[in-house]
Amino acid sequence: MLSIETFVVVSVIKIVIALFVLLTAVAYTVWLERKVVGHIQNRWGPTRVGPFGLLQPLADGIKFIFKEDLTPPHVYKPLYIAAPMIALICALTSIAVIPIGNWVTIGGVHTPLQITDLNIGLLIILGITSLGVYGVALAGWSSNSKYSLLGGLRASAQMVSYEVSLGLSLIGVLIVAGSFSLRDIVDGQGGHFWGFIPKWNIFYGGQFVAFFIYLISAYAETNRVPFDLPEAESELVAGYHTEYSAMKFAMFFMAEYANMITVACVASLLFLGGWHGPVFGPPILQAILPVFWFVLRVFGFLFVYIWVRGTLPRFRYDQLMAFGWKFLLPLAIANLVITALVVAWRA
Amino acid sequence: MAHLTTMPELEPGQDRTMILNMGPQHPSTHGVLRVILEIDGENVVRIMPDIGYLHTGIEKTCEAKFYQQVVPLTDRIDYLCPLTNNLCYVLAVEKLLGLEIPPKAQWMRVMLNELTRINSHLVWLGTHAMDIGALTVFLYCFREREDILRLFEAVSGQRMMTSYFRIGGLALEPPLGFFEQTGKFADRFPAKVDEYENLLTGNPIWMMRTKGVAKLAAEDAIALGASGPTLRGSGVDFDLRRDMPYSGYENFKFRVPVAQDGDVFSRYMCRVRELRESIGIVQQALQGMPEGPIKADAPRVVLPDREKMKTQMEALIYHFKIITEGFAVPEGEVYQAVESPRGEMGYYVVSDGTAKPYRVHMRAACLANMQTLPKMCEGRLLADVIAAIGSIDIVLGEIDR
Repeated sequence: MLSIETFVVVSVIKIVIALFVLLTAVAYTVWLERKVVGHIQNRWGPTRVGPFGLLQPLADGIKFIFKEDLTPPHVYKPLYIAAPMIALICALTSIAVIPIGNWVTIGGVHTPLQITDLNIGLLIILGITSLGVYGVALAGWSSNSKYSLLGGLRASAQMVSYEVSLGLSLIGVLIVAGSFSLRDIVDGQGGHFWGFIPKWNIFYGGQFVAFFIYLISAYAETNRVPFDLPEAESELVAGYHTEYSAMKFAMFFMAEYANMITVACVASLLFLGGWHGPVFGPPILQAILPVFWFVLRVFGFLFVYIWVRGTLPRFRYDQLMAFGWKFLLPLAIANLVITALVVAWRA
Repeated sequence: MAHLTTMPELEPGQDRTMILNMGPQHPSTHGVLRVILEIDGENVVRIMPDIGYLHTGIEKTCEAKFYQQVVPLTDRIDYLCPLTNNLCYVLAVEKLLGLEIPPKAQWMRVMLNELTRINSHLVWLGTHAMDIGALTVFLYCFREREDILRLFEAVSGQRMMTSYFRIGGLALEPPLGFFEQTGKFADRFPAKVDEYENLLTGNPIWMMRTKGVAKLAAEDAIALGASGPTLRGSGVDFDLRRDMPYSGYENFKFRVPVAQDGDVFSRYMCRVRELRESIGIVQQALQGMPEGPIKADAPRVVLPDREKMKTQMEALIYHFKIITEGFAVPEGEVYQAVESPRGEMGYYVVSDGTAKPYRVHMRAACLANMQTLPKMCEGRLLADVIAAIGSIDIVLGEIDR
């Protein structure tokens, strides 16, 4: 056991590092998206700021900070200011329970590579990300603009609807793993079966249908193409953040990308075996490799996100709802029932 | 729907509805169209388009110009197909003058017109797909459009405002290597159309967004004066190039794509098939390009060559007279219609026997096509309005003139 002083110091260090890494990852996911979509579309993406445009996120950040912070006269001010904060805080908080690797010993302190290892980690993530919808809904309402209102309405309806199938798709994994702790779920996916196939939930637990449901619901949850209706620029100008500018807009923007990263982390942990992968070499390499495998999965997932954005058109509002309730939800329930039966039969 | 006024005002009809102003500055009203919508949640109850934000007064300006000076103005009406405007105007004036155009000029006109059609359809396809959320198609289309604009620049010196056709023929001989360049483009273009179709046709989301959406019945389309792909998408087989050939279109073999359903997808398919037919016409024009002069033998109307001006007294006099006082056109009035990428583009020219037109009126295909918008959209969803506007392919420069 750690002493209370060590615990506080270690926790603060971990929080600072996690926040820094997450925000950097957000910035470079934007860069990655612009680069990848650029190459899909026969363009270069950012090239001017730094080598390969690598300093572009920095330039964007500086621009956002120095822009005039406009508040339109017709908004309801308290909620208008609170909304982007709610969105961003909810998006950033969920990183607290996400483990990115095994236990490590640094300077005599034995600690897990996550801010806190809760036994209900998954529930915390689901709960906090659902609160994020308040940011969007309140932004749409408090802006007192028709486009924002429509965007906010679409976003709330969409996020609430897809939350259901998202949650149900995860329950299958929970049944297989028998735990809410993300660390336990990952530990259960170690090893191989039939000699070479890794025992990831997507293969071994038979949860590939759940993964498919999760993938689609996650796109809808994070308002990404082909489910980007809340901010469909060709219809609603910019949706719920039409009236936002400067840093307040940047907060929504960062929240969206932070949510993408959270969703990618959860997918890697629950379905793709977390940080499991070949580990070899000297101790330092053995400590770093699991983190590397984990980050690789997360980026793979993010890449698919971006790839889809470069390829698909957008759904219509009613089609989106019909797809969520009439197709994904029954599929998720069927998957849940079948998984439960299989697990019960094996036991 | 009540009549169109200059400043339409909609009052909410029921307690549940809301008036939404869309445009004139809006990402997908294709320029400066303003649409006023009465919506009930996401459902459109009423829709009223409002035009006039791009009024240029070109029709009136024409009355103050010599006949040959009107050509550059026509470029700026429908700025996506400048050469079609050029053609329509010069055909109308040539009809008044009774000029005989040499075959090479006619074939060049047809070829460049079909390239213009492809150019215009590419802009349409890109923006329409972008409205529905498929971002990549836009940049793919503009890649090929760039090639066409380079061809235009080679032949006329301008990328967009070409003004290449003159009353009595063409402005210049096409440059060396122009036909080879065009031939290369025509060879590689069909594969590019396949590429666009791979991304859209058959894509389930694209089908969901376009099939059965914004339906327009054939009777309504005819009654409202729709033309072009908006009409053919509703199953009416009418194309001026085939049914009232002009400028030698009767020498070319091409099919007129018609689709029966009258929805956004039908109009999309019509235009995509037209892309393939048009490139076929370009190839035929290249293979059969006749030799000979590019200007009619009418010294009072057609500017003489530079060579002749330096060696022949008469040529210099004609040049001076055409430039300084224009040329008189016999009294009369004429209507000439051509099949523009958007439908029936018509120029109605009235001459009072002087060197300046008494009246030039343009029949804008988009204006008539846009009137079908309420028929397509009322009772549907907000997102369908965007798809419908895109599928009509409006150009506000032509509507407002």
